[in-house]
Amino acid sequence: MEDYDVIIIGGGVVGAAIAHKLAEYELNVVLLEKESDLASGTSKANSGIFHAPYNVNPETLKGKLHLRAMEIGPKLMNNLHVPFKQIGALVVAYSSTEVAKLENLYVQIQKLNLPAISWLNQEQVMDLEPEINNKACAALWAKQAGIISPYEFTFALGENAILNGVRIYLDSEVIGLREQESRMEVLTTERIFQGKVVVNAAGLHSDKVGTLVGDYEFTITPRRGEYYLFDRNCGNIINHILFSVPTEVSKGILVTPTVDGNLLVGPNAEEITSREDRQTTRKGLEEVMLGGERIISNLQKGEVINLFAGLRSVIKETEDFFIRTSANCKRLIHVAGIQSPGLTAAPAIGEYVVQLIGEMDGIILRPKKSFGYYRKPVIRFSDLSREEQARLIDQDARYGQIICRCEQVTEAEVVDALTRPLPARTLGGIKRRVRAGMGRCQGGFCGSKIMDLIAKYSNLSKLEITKEGGNSYILSGVTKGQ
Amino acid sequence: MQKRKVDLVVIGGGPAGLAAALAADEEKVQNIVLIERDIELGGILHQCIHNGFGLHYFGEELTGPEYAQRFIDWVAETKIEIKTNTMVLEIAAKGQEKWVYAVNRTDGMVIYQTKAVVLAMGCRERTREAIRIPGSRPAGIFTAGTVQRYINIEGYLPGKKVLILGSGDIGLIMARRMTLEGSQVLGVLEIMPYSNGLTRNIVQCLEDYQIPLLLSHTVVQIHGFERIEGVTIARVDANLVPIPGTERYQAVDTLLLSVGLIPENELTRMAEIGLDKVTGGALVNQNRETSIPGIFACGNVLQVHDLVDYVTEEANLAGRAAARYIDSQRVQGEQIEISPGNNVRYVIPQKIQEPITDPIDFYFRVTEPMSVGEIQFWVGKEEIYRTKKKFLKPAEMIRITVSFTNWEKMIQVGKLSVVIKEVS
Repeated sequence: MEDYDVIIIGGGVVGAAIAHKLAEYELNVVLLEKESDLASGTSKANSGIFHAPYNVNPETLKGKLHLRAMEIGPKLMNNLHVPFKQIGALVVAYSSTEVAKLENLYVQIQKLNLPAISWLNQEQVMDLEPEINNKACAALWAKQAGIISPYEFTFALGENAILNGVRIYLDSEVIGLREQESRMEVLTTERIFQGKVVVNAAGLHSDKVGTLVGDYEFTITPRRGEYYLFDRNCGNIINHILFSVPTEVSKGILVTPTVDGNLLVGPNAEEITSREDRQTTRKGLEEVMLGGERIISNLQKGEVINLFAGLRSVIKETEDFFIRTSANCKRLIHVAGIQSPGLTAAPAIGEYVVQLIGEMDGIILRPKKSFGYYRKPVIRFSDLSREEQARLIDQDARYGQIICRCEQVTEAEVVDALTRPLPARTLGGIKRRVRAGMGRCQGGFCGSKIMDLIAKYSNLSKLEITKEGGNSYILSGVTKGQ
Repeated sequence: MQKRKVDLVVIGGGPAGLAAALAADEEKVQNIVLIERDIELGGILHQCIHNGFGLHYFGEELTGPEYAQRFIDWVAETKIEIKTNTMVLEIAAKGQEKWVYAVNRTDGMVIYQTKAVVLAMGCRERTREAIRIPGSRPAGIFTAGTVQRYINIEGYLPGKKVLILGSGDIGLIMARRMTLEGSQVLGVLEIMPYSNGLTRNIVQCLEDYQIPLLLSHTVVQIHGFERIEGVTIARVDANLVPIPGTERYQAVDTLLLSVGLIPENELTRMAEIGLDKVTGGALVNQNRETSIPGIFACGNVLQVHDLVDYVTEEANLAGRAAARYIDSQRVQGEQIEISPGNNVRYVIPQKIQEPITDPIDFYFRVTEPMSVGEIQFWVGKEEIYRTKKKFLKPAEMIRITVSFTNWEKMIQVGKLSVVIKEVS
């Protein structure tokens, strides 16, 4: 039986941020993820926004952690070499009713004395965003907002945690959990783990993890959001994240450039019952397109290269984060209900949870001298100048081998993703690390070449390679005569 | 970073690039570089192991690899420099010169400073995402050409219970191919009320194997979260909108898409060459010269062809014109715009430009099927050419050769209209 100080269940951005913060201390930490890669749930499919706190309620835990994350997030991303573009956001009103709502919001914000948020009139909005729907009449400009890759952030946290001694087990679904003589026992499909503290960061499944110890304190409602992703040639039609005026439950549909240079439109917000039901629907997609066209009237539908849905994990009763020790089990900490701005707040959540862990029986937070930011930056060939590209190829010929033609990803980059501390093992894992297969052909041309590389570096046959682990095989067999 | 002065760079070593390079070589162009991103010349023809290639051009029936090999062998006899496994990253016009940035693992980054360029990058397949089919995103959804490669080149089978969406030619060919490999092909769905492939493929690939073709049907939802488990299909109305109540579930482990090809013009766009919104390719004159003098385009990067024979023909034209350009550095003169009228989706070339060559080949497609149509060419109010054609289908490209007599008048009007009138 493996013995740890802390066992984290769930490898989304929240679990990874907690693991990364714990790695700063002399603690033996393991993270268990049921899927074949980190960032496979909510962290995989969301808007990728570092939110400015324009609609924050500092009375809530969500609000407090959001504000704290504004202080520590950008520096952490910088230390981990996670691309973060602080492009700013406009919250735009398109009618007089919305202007009134926006004015209310602005009054609230001014009371809180939040930095870098200002009011724009119609002319100023048009000036900043010439392509915006000409019905736009006013906006709040939140300069602190930015765009990040939610999965790269998660991988970076996980990778640097590994480099500082944290263990990560993938394909390890927790099926049993119990307190046993001042220890927690965690049973996965493969092994039994023992630890002083268990952190439940299981996202959409966090209430299910609670029920393993008879804890029914909270219920997660999946709230689905559907998105359109547009080709990179559309990424520069706008300069800021463009939000609609927020409603009670959602920040509404937004249009934003992504950190990779695409254009993203979404999400809607629909409560559903299944925690796995990440499917887009005709109705939902229509709603998203209409919402997007309200912001940018001439969206080029022909340039759509992907559509996807993500599930937010919501505790409806409070619409707040739920971070506390289980009422049934003093060695279990729930980190649940992490809806938007969970991605932004993740570093502050990590910090907060580690404080809670520090107060627990048998845990001493002793800083680890060897802790450091050891993660190597990811080289993106296509972002470099021709001179830099030429120099790279001179150093390593594999940079001269383009694997993904749409995104101009080289063999060296794919191999790097396969040999990092947290290596990709699936086509999806490669796509989210280096963008190969993320472009307009969606992997039609490069999929086979990438499978060859995965096979080579993971010692698998091509038939064993999957899109996203589990039964998501690509090839069913060989042809006659093979 | 190496810089090399050359006369002609041909981008793409498929049928179009091969023929364009050969045509330029025949016209005595000296330093020709043929750049191919794959490990060998021949392009998509290598995976097209079925027959039916070369009927027009060679007067015999060849397989794709056989057709390609003829050109590969001819190129080997010339001093055309071949760069395989090489990717062009950018084309930029620098005054009279064009700079082509290319990378591979042995030469590193090379800038070819060339007098002329022929674009022959081919096309890519439209994806499930591009046609926005809702549902989950499991493995097991492929474009037909991708599967053709897995089966015919790599020897892998992607699945056993297959539905094909779209009756494009590759989809039809793959319906037969997968049946021969022992997969169960449940049918081919086509959203339009008519098929989108060549008639000979409907007969030889579907009818001969009793594979049903469901017209006016489409996939409205995809099911399964790891591997695809099924699809919901539905009938569509005249506006291509699914009709409520006609939905039914079909279990599958594989969905193939043959829903259109898109010319790959990312380099073209980067060079700021004018593009045609309908074809997705460059706007060209009768010599296949684009809006930048000295840059030519041919083959599927210009317009998606149904027959490789026509690709070769078009590439010959572009290669010869590139040779003339290199020889004389000729400037583009007065031009006549060609406008597609009634039931004409597009016309290639989109313009005729001085100096004028005669006669001129026109390639075009109809928007709607027509049993008999009269093709008419108009200059202002004067009809200058007419011909009748039978069984006009959007899937089958029309090619006609026209000689003109009164250039002066045409230039004065500045516009040539092509229309097709139904004949009953």
